[in-house]
Amino acid sequence: MVGDWDRPLPTESGETKPFWEACRRGQYLLQQCRACGKVQAYYRRFCAHCWSKDVEEVVSSGKGAVHTFTVTYQNQTPGFREAVPYVLAVVELEEGVQVLGNVIGCDVGAVRIGMPVKVTFVDAGEMKVPMFEPV
Amino acid sequence: MSGCQGSGGTPPDTIFTPFLARKGDMGDGRPDRSGFITLLVRERTSADGEEQAMVNLSKAAAIIGAYEHPTRYAPDKSELLLHLESAQGALEDAGLSRGDVDAYLTSGSGAPPALTLTDYLNLHPKFVDDTDVGGASFLFHLNLACLGIQAGWFRCALITYGSTARSRRVAVGTGGLARRGATGLAPTPDSFEEVYGLTTVGMRALMAQRHMHQYGTKPEQLAAVAVAMRRHASKNPHAMYRDPITVEDVLRSRMISSPLHMLDCCIISDGAGAVVVASPEVARGCKKTPVWVLGFGEGVIHHEAGHRDWTATAFPQAASQAFGMSGVRREDIDMAMVYDAFTITVVTALEGLGFCQVGEGGPFVEGGRIELGGELPVNTDGGGLSSNHPGRRGMFLLIEATRQLRHEAGERQVPGCRLALCGATGGGTGLRQSAAVAILGRD
Ligand SMILES: [Zn+2]
Repeated sequence: MVGDWDRPLPTESGETKPFWEACRRGQYLLQQCRACGKVQAYYRRFCAHCWSKDVEEVVSSGKGAVHTFTVTYQNQTPGFREAVPYVLAVVELEEGVQVLGNVIGCDVGAVRIGMPVKVTFVDAGEMKVPMFEPV
Repeated sequence: MSGCQGSGGTPPDTIFTPFLARKGDMGDGRPDRSGFITLLVRERTSADGEEQAMVNLSKAAAIIGAYEHPTRYAPDKSELLLHLESAQGALEDAGLSRGDVDAYLTSGSGAPPALTLTDYLNLHPKFVDDTDVGGASFLFHLNLACLGIQAGWFRCALITYGSTARSRRVAVGTGGLARRGATGLAPTPDSFEEVYGLTTVGMRALMAQRHMHQYGTKPEQLAAVAVAMRRHASKNPHAMYRDPITVEDVLRSRMISSPLHMLDCCIISDGAGAVVVASPEVARGCKKTPVWVLGFGEGVIHHEAGHRDWTATAFPQAASQAFGMSGVRREDIDMAMVYDAFTITVVTALEGLGFCQVGEGGPFVEGGRIELGGELPVNTDGGGLSSNHPGRRGMFLLIEATRQLRHEAGERQVPGCRLALCGATGGGTGLRQSAAVAILGRD
């Protein structure tokens, strides 16, 4: 899973550049709306709850728990084909919002719903991709 | 029926004015209309809590022709040719011909599909559409056909589907990013998702895992869905897999994406089908029993900005619209066609459609309840788990329901079938899902 990145790389756009820049600094960016107060993910330049453009960036503590997950044994896309079995998870961060990620750094059989995890950033060429590992 | 107001309907103006008076304005002269539509809908809700449309669309149109291509493997044919053969089959079934078609809808083949297919089939319809919401697309097409027919835009809509997924060796469920033919990741949302190795199976596996955790749903209960579908397939001469399987067979099959085993997943086949939808005037002159569209509805579910219920579907909204329009009650439904891409999708669909409480889908599918002879036979053709699944199964829900309502289902006929429900989900990734419900009935 970790090591030389042979999967498709994330693509940065003008809209999402702040998120990926923060990843390079080792920060997972969430957003909170100044108009309605709600937190959101994935990153976008407006509040998906109320469409206000007055959103504030919040650096997540990076801590959370596995909300649900699957151990993938078959994926025919190059880069993933070689990585099976791997864990795809929905992680609920402390800030109360769910994000996707791989859980790495443990046996795939050890992952459970409710398991505490924290964010870690994996080198992917010019980018860093957020993933999760057990606390 | 045509153009009449729903019984619960109130002219919009009389609702709008007092609503504005209650809400005041935003302070800058602009009226605050937030929640306005929600309020409208609430005020048009029937006594049993279902949504009511302003115009009664129930029986605006009927399915008058249906054809399921018998092929499950067609390496000698193109996908487009399968569309043509299905179109011919459905029109022949209706007793109509090519020249009667004045609306055409399709999804999944060609880019863009509607242009590719109207060119290939050499049609000049008044109305074309290729709404793509994944496997549920053909039910969305049915809804559009009902709207267009009710409006008098056209009278006879042809909806076709064809796919050579099997002979082209498309890894529908486990292809990952390659399933979409994508070479790179879109900035949004792919870069936040696909980078983690999503598969179609994996997305449903996330739902299944959470459902099991939250409600105690057991792998054996999911397996019971696959067993039931295979039992039905044994009565369908065209089904791809007809040999009986057991719960143990499902649990012992290879794990694809935990907790979903190979036999929890639909098969991959070639396949095709078509339906003809027409106005009441056309339907009454046709040779076969019209299958009336009594009610329909749609919905979507997605990330919910990071606040999703991972056991939920978009069915509650779609079903509320459909039941509200039809005036039919759930206990009156004789059989259901529910998109079974995976065993878990049937469990969550039956909950979302309101046939059981949320969380009770596991026990509901046990004990033969969803089998022929049970309380609610589901997918009497064997479903995507055993009969056919070329990638977008919604079409076959409509076709089998039509066969059942015409009493043409042979060995697998639900006795005296008068009301059927079709519930389809769709969506390439499963993070974003569409749902459509159609309630169909015969006179
Ligand atoms: Zn907001």
